[in-house]
Amino acid sequence: MALLQISEPGMSPEPHQARLAIGIDLGTTNSLVATVRSGVPVVLADANGRTLLPSIVRYVDSRKIEVGYAAQARQADDPKNTIVSVKRFMGRGVKDVAHLESAPYDFVDAPGMLQLRTAAGVKSPVEVSSEILRVLRERAELSLQGNISGAVITVPAYFDDAQRQATKDAGRIAGLNVLRLLNEPTAAAIAYGLENSSEGTYAVYDLGGGTFDISILKLSKGVFEVVATSGDSMLGGDDFDQRVFCWIAEKAKLAPLGARDMRLLQVKAREAKEYLTLHGEAAITAKLSSGEFVDVSLDTETFCSITQTLVHKTLGPVRKALRDAGLTADDVKGVVMVGGATRMPQVQRAVGEFFRRDPLNNLDPDKVVALGAAMQANVLAGNKPQGEDWLLLDVIPLSLGIETMGGLTEKIIPRNTTIPAGRAQEFTTFKDGQTGMSIHVVQGERELVSDCRSLARFELKGIPPMAAGAARIRVAFQVDADGLLSVSAKESTSGVEASITVKPSYGLADADVERMLRDSFDHAREDMHARALAEQRVDGQRLIEATRSALAVDEKLLNEEERAAIERAISSLQKLLTGTDHRKIKQAVEALNRATDEFAARRMDAGIKRALAGRKIGSL
Amino acid sequence: MQSHFDLFGLAPAYALETDALERSYREIQSKVHPDRFAHAGDAERRASLQWTTRVNEAYRTLKDPVQRAKHLLELHGVDVAFETNTAMPPEFLMQQMELREALENAKDPSALDELRKRLRQEKSFMERQIGDSIDHKKDYNAAAGLVRKLQFLDRLDEEIDAAYEEIE
Repeated sequence: MALLQISEPGMSPEPHQARLAIGIDLGTTNSLVATVRSGVPVVLADANGRTLLPSIVRYVDSRKIEVGYAAQARQADDPKNTIVSVKRFMGRGVKDVAHLESAPYDFVDAPGMLQLRTAAGVKSPVEVSSEILRVLRERAELSLQGNISGAVITVPAYFDDAQRQATKDAGRIAGLNVLRLLNEPTAAAIAYGLENSSEGTYAVYDLGGGTFDISILKLSKGVFEVVATSGDSMLGGDDFDQRVFCWIAEKAKLAPLGARDMRLLQVKAREAKEYLTLHGEAAITAKLSSGEFVDVSLDTETFCSITQTLVHKTLGPVRKALRDAGLTADDVKGVVMVGGATRMPQVQRAVGEFFRRDPLNNLDPDKVVALGAAMQANVLAGNKPQGEDWLLLDVIPLSLGIETMGGLTEKIIPRNTTIPAGRAQEFTTFKDGQTGMSIHVVQGERELVSDCRSLARFELKGIPPMAAGAARIRVAFQVDADGLLSVSAKESTSGVEASITVKPSYGLADADVERMLRDSFDHAREDMHARALAEQRVDGQRLIEATRSALAVDEKLLNEEERAAIERAISSLQKLLTGTDHRKIKQAVEALNRATDEFAARRMDAGIKRALAGRKIGSL
Repeated sequence: MQSHFDLFGLAPAYALETDALERSYREIQSKVHPDRFAHAGDAERRASLQWTTRVNEAYRTLKDPVQRAKHLLELHGVDVAFETNTAMPPEFLMQQMELREALENAKDPSALDELRKRLRQEKSFMERQIGDSIDHKKDYNAAAGLVRKLQFLDRLDEEIDAAYEEIE
């Protein structure tokens, strides 16, 4: 009698069963998770039917953490341990953060990225963000009844390398397989473009809680091409709240406030801002800890005048993006509004006047990013057949370069370059007999290194002693599809080569990430070994499936011997998958990867030849 | 090494078949882009990253008038030598000085718009001359001189961008 087969959870019994993939909008104010269900993108709700998760984390004590509404409810009582808008701190140092004095936290200045002292110890913004992501992951697992195969997490288009790396690490710590970091305006463009089957040049104006992005895209059948992007990663709805908060403090003639009162009035300021979207006047009342009452009234006119400079500040990047794209406002067919802060009437008005057309608001500005991310996750998971999917071409927002003599920046990859991108440049030594070279990687548009953001420093050692100017040091930059940079340097005269590859760091070493990963599992009382084993099995199974389907299509690219070598690597991995040693599975996965290196390269070449052959026949 | 033109199945010429270039760029990207390999093994992901990087660089080079000319001239064995050969005819330098003076005096966006319009005309005139030298006269040394001039004009274009930002 044949035995029935039961597959491991998370392992699909057949290769073409849809994989569970999610899109996450990790916002400054609110976060969401969405998926594509029976071909339709949907935002997933919690047990109470709420789709938004306030991006607020409260460390109650060393064991207990509250995330979302529960944390929000306690923010005024426990401001030091209740972290709001943590996105503003991602990949940022103490000196980078505006209004630090009015943030009621106990900051710890750490190299690269600041940290926060809480009831559960010192926490990095990466760990705080991972708590939000974990809640969303669990929500999705519950709602979809299965293991999540992969996630797309969105980031502001204007996020620099450090901020992107921090976001990706947060995803890893939350136990997610991060398929891609996707720019928020691009995600919105996908949702909007597919919903409305739009063609032509569109602008996406995305004013979120803490960040502002503007992206100019060309939409044509099956292709979303970002032509330019710009923004301000320190400008958002929070700043409008801050203006109202200052106005209240001045109007009510308040003495310097304690942390609790400060948070209370910030919440009131925010409520007033939201109320003014549909009303002409907002009453602001609060009882301070001193017993003093605040009772003031803010009208629309005053609100517009105290926030006018903020609205104006968004238009600079809009002009810059248009210039970089070589376009004018008249070339833009539609302006898609994204982010809760675009609900403010003065923002709608300013954008409408600038582009001389009514902005597009037909998708919920709070949800459109998550929906687009889910659609992209569905494509990346391979759930869409070729032909029904689309091609997404995005860019890096800020130039990447290195420091040269005199503290000047030499740009190696300019902003708005389509990613993945790679470029190398040669440099030489300054002194006779120089055997080492310090390489300082920076990001930004300014000429002086001190005005750019420092991403990494590393040293190339072992250059053979030569006369000044004789050595040839080739510094190569590679930006991947997530917009993340890696750099290598190589000395190539006299046959001596030295090479090093660095991942730009923002102060979190790989060891730190490992530790956070461990801590987070301790916390959730999950068995780390079981989790690692499950992940390795999924990885291994996935690789076997991918290799088999590649063999099925392109077997002819291999000779007998090569094919046999790959088959051997598959079967030894297959055997180990039933065992319980995740390290051995990992080694076998790596071995299979190495065994298919050459095959992969040949398949890629063949794919290109087919594409071109098709074109030539088509154009005859 | 395969030229950027070969990669896209185009004839090596300065006059660009923009539509054909865009079509083959997209066709190749749809085969090699990392989004097609998000769930594949490391080997395929690496190959995809390398190819996409190469295709993007080739596309960018061909789309840019200065870089396309430089690439073509290299294929013909002529080095444009931006760094070492900075000698320019006096009348060209005079005209450059005059344009730069105009830039310094431009204090509002409309003055900059005007200057940019003038510069763009200058650039497209230069591009036509480069095309003529390479594609018809096959005078690659003369073309190299023109390409150096065009790069000069590109730099001025960047300075105009910076001036806009200053005003804003």
